[in-house]
Amino acid sequence: MVKNFTLRALALMFISSFIILSASTIKIGAIVAATGPASFLGDPELKTLQHYVKKINDAGGVNGQMIELIHYDTGASPKKAVTFTKRLINQDKVVAIIGPSTSGETMAILKFVKKAKIPLISMAGAVAIIDPVKPYVFKIVATDRMACEKVMADLKKRNLTNLALISGSGGFGKSMRKQCKAVAPKFGIKIVADETYGKKDSDMTSQLLKIKNNKDVQVVLNPGFGQGPAIVTKNYAQLKIKHPLYQSHGVASKKYIEIAGKSSEGVRVVAPPVVVADKLDDSVANKKVALAYKNEYEKTFNSQVSSFGGHAYDSLYIIVNAIKRAGSTNPMKIRDEIEKTQGFEGVDGVVNLSPTDHLGLDTKTGMIMLEIRNGDWTIVK
Amino acid sequence: MIELFGYLLSGVTVGFIYTLVGLGFTVIYNSSGIINFSQGEFVMAGGMSTVFLIYAGLPLGVSFVLAIMITSMIGILLYKLISFSRDSSQISLIILTLGFAIFLRGLAQIIFDKQLHTMPSFVGEGAFEIFETTISYQAVLIIIVASTIVVSLYLFFQKTKTGQAMVAASNNVDAAKLMGINIKKILMLNFAISAVIASIGGILLTPITSTNYEVGIMLGLKGFCAAIIGGLGTPFGAVAGGLVLGILESLVAGYVSSEYKDAVAFVVLLAILFFMPGGIFGNLKSQRV
Repeated sequence: MVKNFTLRALALMFISSFIILSASTIKIGAIVAATGPASFLGDPELKTLQHYVKKINDAGGVNGQMIELIHYDTGASPKKAVTFTKRLINQDKVVAIIGPSTSGETMAILKFVKKAKIPLISMAGAVAIIDPVKPYVFKIVATDRMACEKVMADLKKRNLTNLALISGSGGFGKSMRKQCKAVAPKFGIKIVADETYGKKDSDMTSQLLKIKNNKDVQVVLNPGFGQGPAIVTKNYAQLKIKHPLYQSHGVASKKYIEIAGKSSEGVRVVAPPVVVADKLDDSVANKKVALAYKNEYEKTFNSQVSSFGGHAYDSLYIIVNAIKRAGSTNPMKIRDEIEKTQGFEGVDGVVNLSPTDHLGLDTKTGMIMLEIRNGDWTIVK
Repeated sequence: MIELFGYLLSGVTVGFIYTLVGLGFTVIYNSSGIINFSQGEFVMAGGMSTVFLIYAGLPLGVSFVLAIMITSMIGILLYKLISFSRDSSQISLIILTLGFAIFLRGLAQIIFDKQLHTMPSFVGEGAFEIFETTISYQAVLIIIVASTIVVSLYLFFQKTKTGQAMVAASNNVDAAKLMGINIKKILMLNFAISAVIASIGGILLTPITSTNYEVGIMLGLKGFCAAIIGGLGTPFGAVAGGLVLGILESLVAGYVSSEYKDAVAFVVLLAILFFMPGGIFGNLKSQRV
């Protein structure tokens, strides 16, 4: 009997504490790849979420309630993403989920958020996440297709039609290579060489020699992230290849210029605007937000800003604004308000969501073209 | 023809990088019969500590020496762990080295960070031009240093008493003990030497490939392949294996497709294991049953 009583008392305490907790905080879930192969995405994302949640709470929270961020690290594994999604929904009872960081993980959890009717804002790149539109799934990250289109448009402007690809074999490089091959014909651009390298390779001279000896090539594009593109850039300069070199948004950080050194001079990089927030034209609608985020991130964490943390900033504030407008923490109502987001000025750009568009990022402002001159970015008009 | 020369040169560069990593496997295998899967992480530790010592404002030379000392300490730590579990089977010890590798990777993430880092090439950024292709100064330095290490290792194992004691220890521990060889000291020295070679590799590689906490994974794997292809146990095997691997990769990337580059490397590894289980240079130790 005694045992039974203690059990009941414990259960009661547990339940009541649960009620008190859930009454005083708004639980937002986050699934990020803070470690592992995609930690370059997840690490700044998690830092940003923690920093800004604290900031919102210090300023009094949302509708008088504090935000409680419940986050899990997947190490970029879709399996773990599924486990953590279930935990966020069933145990933690969150009202909305931010993440995951990568496309594979996002695709894996879609059916669970759909079943639980919890709004999700993914921070991954693939178009398939929001095309076709799914009622509970949003994302505000520019797709790699946008990056490809930006590059192709720039090539067309310069009258370069014969493109050579040298892509990293990681997920990022593979996906962008596919997208670029798909959009190239629309701009009248021919892919005349298609090389790849392992993402941990230490020398890409062979692939580049092959491209150099190909008489058709006019310009080279290198989709990839990490050290690969820096090595490609160095080898490119060593071999004295004369064609213009384009890099993807995967290397759009000062780190790339630092590692590739002088070889990066004259290289063009397609990039999200936050990287050069201070150099943006004042007419750019989201300049203020992007610049404020860049400065705050760099000051707080003492490291270069990347666009990835910006995704977390945008996702968090879109949800917070939706909760404010809804005046409720009912996931269904939050979802409805997220969908009504109009003119949201985020780090990634201006976002206008609608029942038929769950990306809502303006393609024109989502990506810009940069050129490296004197070891710094300049915006290509 | 010029094309072929370019591919070969690139293959040789990469090959010597693999050799540098592969040598570490050889040294530890030579004395203990263990394959040390944290070899790649030793390379990472050497490169990362150098970079961060330079960030801390130390001069280049001092950073190198300190980084090499730090890495050899890590090597000795691994030996201490292994000697704790000396009675375990060899396979458990090999798994222990795998675990140690994961531990080092995690530690590097905490102590350093997850970013990529590089340091300026200490022989200048330029490159020699040969015909229509190029080889960077740093790559030439790697070839010179790797060759020097190989020759000195060979001399060490063949000509010095300590070196011979190491070989003896690997052939028959009990007999070596009876001959008055201090097995513990010999093994510890071996792990230290292997870590020193790895850290030199890490330092030389960083200006070319840059470094981060997980740079050791692939390097370790390729170095392991090089050591196996060439035949574990002889320093020249690591050179042969590294060159075969590097040149093959480069030729496949050049003439076939860069998509199949890594696949071919592993096919060659399998073929060697099937048809020449001792590797190119190795002679399988006959075992009495």
